[in-house]
Amino acid sequence: MGEDNGRYKIFTRRALLVGGTQAALLAALSGRLYYLQVVRSDQYRMLADENRISLRLLAPRRGKILDRDGRVLATNQQNYRVLIIPEQTKLGDEEIDVALDRTLNALEPLIPISDRQRDRIVREVSRKRNFVPVTVVENLTWEEFSRVNVRSPDLPGVLSDVGETRYYPQGKSLAHLVGYVALVSEDDDTDDPLLTLPGFRIGRTGVERLSDLSLRGKAGASHVEVNAHGRVIRELERREGQPGSNLVLTLDSELQKKATERLGNESAAAVVMDIWSGDILVMASTPGFDPNAFNYGLTQDEWDRLVMDTRKPLTNKALSGQYPPGSAFKMIVSLAALEAGIVNPGHRVFCRGEVELGNQTFHCWKRGGHGNMTMTSATEQSCDVYFYDVSRRTGIDKISEMAKRFGLGAPVDFGLGIERSGLMPSREWKLARTGERWQVGETLITGIGQGFVLTTPAQLALMTAQIANGGLRVTPQLIKPADPVEETRVDGGLDLEPGQDSRSLGISASAMAVIHGGMDAVMNNPRGTAYRSRITQAGFEMAGKTGTSQVRRITEADREADRSIAETPWAERDHAVFVGYAPVSAPRYAISVVVEHGGGGASMAAPIAHDIMLKAQRLGVARDLRQAAAEVEAPPEREG
Amino acid sequence: MVETRLRLAKPELTLKQKVVRLNWVLVLLIMLTVGLGLAVLYSVSDGAMDTWVRAQGIRIGIGFVLMFAIALVDIRLFLRLAYVGYFVALVLLIGVELAGSIGMGAQRWLELGSLRMQPSELMKVALVLALARYFHERSMEEVHKLRWLLIPVAMIAAPALLVIRQPDLGTALLLIFGGGAMFVLAGVRFRVFAVGTVAVIGAIPFLWRSLHGYQQDRILTFLDPERDPLGAGYHIIQSKIALGAGGVFGRGFREGTQSHLSFLPESQTDFIFTTLAEELGLVGGLGLLGLYTLMLALSVIIALRSRNHFGRLLALGIGATFFLYVFINIGMVTGLLPVVGVPLPLVSFGGTAMVTLLAGFGLMLSVHIHREVQISRRPGGTFS
Repeated sequence: MGEDNGRYKIFTRRALLVGGTQAALLAALSGRLYYLQVVRSDQYRMLADENRISLRLLAPRRGKILDRDGRVLATNQQNYRVLIIPEQTKLGDEEIDVALDRTLNALEPLIPISDRQRDRIVREVSRKRNFVPVTVVENLTWEEFSRVNVRSPDLPGVLSDVGETRYYPQGKSLAHLVGYVALVSEDDDTDDPLLTLPGFRIGRTGVERLSDLSLRGKAGASHVEVNAHGRVIRELERREGQPGSNLVLTLDSELQKKATERLGNESAAAVVMDIWSGDILVMASTPGFDPNAFNYGLTQDEWDRLVMDTRKPLTNKALSGQYPPGSAFKMIVSLAALEAGIVNPGHRVFCRGEVELGNQTFHCWKRGGHGNMTMTSATEQSCDVYFYDVSRRTGIDKISEMAKRFGLGAPVDFGLGIERSGLMPSREWKLARTGERWQVGETLITGIGQGFVLTTPAQLALMTAQIANGGLRVTPQLIKPADPVEETRVDGGLDLEPGQDSRSLGISASAMAVIHGGMDAVMNNPRGTAYRSRITQAGFEMAGKTGTSQVRRITEADREADRSIAETPWAERDHAVFVGYAPVSAPRYAISVVVEHGGGGASMAAPIAHDIMLKAQRLGVARDLRQAAAEVEAPPEREG
Repeated sequence: MVETRLRLAKPELTLKQKVVRLNWVLVLLIMLTVGLGLAVLYSVSDGAMDTWVRAQGIRIGIGFVLMFAIALVDIRLFLRLAYVGYFVALVLLIGVELAGSIGMGAQRWLELGSLRMQPSELMKVALVLALARYFHERSMEEVHKLRWLLIPVAMIAAPALLVIRQPDLGTALLLIFGGGAMFVLAGVRFRVFAVGTVAVIGAIPFLWRSLHGYQQDRILTFLDPERDPLGAGYHIIQSKIALGAGGVFGRGFREGTQSHLSFLPESQTDFIFTTLAEELGLVGGLGLLGLYTLMLALSVIIALRSRNHFGRLLALGIGATFFLYVFINIGMVTGLLPVVGVPLPLVSFGGTAMVTLLAGFGLMLSVHIHREVQISRRPGGTFS
C-alpha cells in the first residue's frame, strides 16, 4: 500500500507533466492555426484564387474579306477535326504511350493518319501536359467525322470538334492580293496575347497581312476554375471578344476571275482600274498558287516547287514585276514634248526604218519604215523613228519629269510591302548611279520605253487611268473605306482646263486630246497596231497602246535571222505589253496587261485586254442598273 | 500456473453497474468527433455516400461495439493478456515484413482471408498495454535502475524498427514517443532521457542512411518547403493555402476550393484536417482541437482516479498515443512538422486506425469503470 502511494505521487506529478506538455503543444497548434487563418488569411486566400482561377483567351472570329459586290474572297470554314486527350486514353494502369498507340491504331481505319502525322502527334504529346488536347487530323469530311463520332464511346480520350479555318473560295485567282494566313512564327510581334493561342493564325501576305489587325478582332476572355491538374471545372465569367471586322475590297472578283482565266498559263499580270475613283477592279498575276494550302503548312517539296518555278507563282507581278514598258511609254514622250512646246501635234518625221545618231543606228520595228508620220499616226502605228526624233528634241529630263507626274518611278503603294517603284532614269540618276554621263542615244532608247526604264503593271494602269481621265491625279484604292464617303465622280473631266481641279496634273486639254486621238487610232483605225483587238460593240470601244519590250539587246545576227517567236527560247522572247482605256466616248476603266516573254503586245497582250475590258464594261453596266433599281425601290433618305 | 499467480478477484460489479459507470462524457465527445469526421468525409466525396462515408460508418459501428465490449471487460484480464497481445502484434508485423502486400507505396497491409489489416496500428495499443503491465510490475527502485529498462526499450525498438522498414515513419514516431511517454509516466529518471536522447542523436546518421529517399526528401522538404514547390513541398504549401484561405469562419461546408479542386492531396485521409479548417475555418479547427483537448483532459482525470497502477499507465498511455496522432497530423498539415503519414484520429478515413483508436478508448473506459479495482504489483498478490 505504502509502496503504491509513493508510486502514485510520482505518477501524479508525471501525469500532470505529460498532460501539461500536451496542453502546451495543443495551444501551439491553436496558435499556428490562428497565425495561418487570421494573420495570413488574406494572402493565402489570394493564393487560393490564383490556384483555381485561370484566364483563357477566346479567339475572335476573323473578319471576312469581300469584293465590291459582296462576294466572299476569304471566309472561315468549319473545320471538322479529331483531337486526343492523352491522359484520358489510358485504360487501367496503361502507360501513356501504349495507350496513345492503341488509340491511334483504333482510329486509323476510320480516318486517314499518315506516318508523318503520327510522328507529329507523338512528338506533341510528349511535349505537352497530358490533359492538353492534341490535334490528330484536321479538315475531315463529314463522313469521316461522323465515323469517329459513332465510334467515340469505344475510344476514350478521343475528342471530335468543329474548329474554324480560313477558306479562300476564289483560290488561285486572288491568292497574291488577298494573301493567306499562317501559324504565328517566332518572328512575329507578339504584343497581342491572342498570338500565343495554339493554332492561332495571322495574315501572312497580301491584304490578310495588310489589314490583319482589323480582321483579327479583339480577344475575349473566359475566367475558368481549374483543378490542380489544370483541367477546367467550370466557367466563372465570360467576356466575349470582338470579332474581326469584315473588309470590303474594291475588286470585282468576277472580272478578276475572267482576267486570271484569260492570262491562263502565261507568266503575266493585268490590272484594271476605275479611272475616276482609283478603285482597283482587277489585279491579276499568273501563275498563282492555292492559298488554302498554306493553312496547314506546305511540305518542303511543295514549297520548293513554288519557289523554284521560273514563272514565280508566289510573286504578285502586278505590283512587284518590273518591265520595260516598250511603246506603251510613247504617250509620255508625246506629252512631254507637247507640254514643253518643243513640237506641235502636226510635227512630221519621215521614217525609213532606221535613223543614225553618231556612229549608232537606231532601228524602227518596221523594217521598211513607216514613211511620213505625224504624232497621231506615229502613235497609231507605233513608229519608233518618230519617237526617236521627238525624244531627242525633248530631252531625257523633261520625259522623266512627265513620266513621274503620271506616277512612273514611284511605287503604287498600298502598304503591302511588295510594291516596287520601277525606274525612271534621268541625267542625274545615271551620273549618281554609274558615274557616267547620260548619252543622247539613251534618250532615244528611253523614248520607245526601252533601256533603263522599268514599270510595274500597276504603274502602267495608273498612268493610263490618268491619261484617260484627262490628266487628273488618281489614288489607287484597294480597300473600300469602312464608312463610304460620297464617291466623287467628275464626269466630263475631259473638258476641264488645267488648274480647275485640285487633282489636275497640269496637262493642257489640247495635249490630252492629241494623246486620246492617237490611242483611239491604235485600236479603231485599220492601220492601228491593235486594230484586230478592237471592241466592236457600240459604246464599249476601247483606246489603247501596244508595247513590245526587248528582254535582250537585238543583235545584227538576230535581225538578219528574223526568227519567229516559236523559234526563240521562252526566256529570250519579248515581253508583251498593252495599256488601254474604255469606253472611248466616256472613259471609265483603264487597263494594263503584261505578258512576260509573250512576244508582241499587239498579238499577245491586246487580245487579252480586249476580253477583260469588254467584260468589265458589261459588268459595270449591269452594276449601274442594279444600283439604279435599288435606288428606285428605296430612295435615299432626304435630310430635313 | 497463471490462474494462481494472476488470480482474478470475483467481479465486484454487475453488468448493469458497469454500464452506469461508463464515462458517458467521454463517449459523447468521441461520438461528436466521429460525427464531425463523417461530415467532412461527406464534403470531400462531393456529397456521395458511397465513396467513403458509408464504409467509414460501418467501421465506426464495428469500432463502437468493440469499444463498449472492451470497456465492460475486467481490467485484470487485459493485464493478464498484455504480453500475449504484444507478441501477437509483433508476429503480425513480422508477417507483413514477410508476406505483406504493397499498398500506398509501402508495405503496411496484411491480408488474412478477406480481412485487410494494418498490424502497425494494432501494435500501438498492444505496446501501451505491454509497457503498462511491465511498469505496473516494477517497483520504483527497479524503475530507477537502467538494467530494468533494457527490456522495455527493446519492446519499443523491435516494432519501431520493423515499422521503419515498411517504411512508415509516422507510426515509428508514434511508437517511439508513445513508449517514451510511458517511461515518463512510470517515473523513469529524467537523466535517463538525457542519455537516451544523446544515444538517439548519435544514431541519427545510421538512421538517416536506413531511411528511404522519399522519407529523406520529406524531412529535407520540411526543413525548407521551397526546395521543391512542385514536388514534396507542394503538399505543405497547398495545405497552408487552404487553411489560410479558410479564414475565421471558413469558406462554407463543401465550398473549399483547395479541397474540391484536388489541390490538396489525400484530403480524405492525412489532409482531412485541412479540408475541415478550409471549409469551417478557424472556428471549426479550434472546435475539433477543443474536442481533442477535452478527451485528453478526461484521460488525465481517469488516470488519476484509478486505484491501480496498470490502469493509470494504460489510460494515460492511450491518451498520449492519441495526442501524438493529433499533434503529428495537425502539426504536419499546418507546416510545423514534416509530412509523415499519420491519420487524424477518429476523423481520417481508414479502418484499422479507427478500430484501434476506438478499442483504445474502450480500454480507457474500462480503466474508468474498474477504477476501484486494486491489483498487486507482484503477480499473485493483491492489495484488496
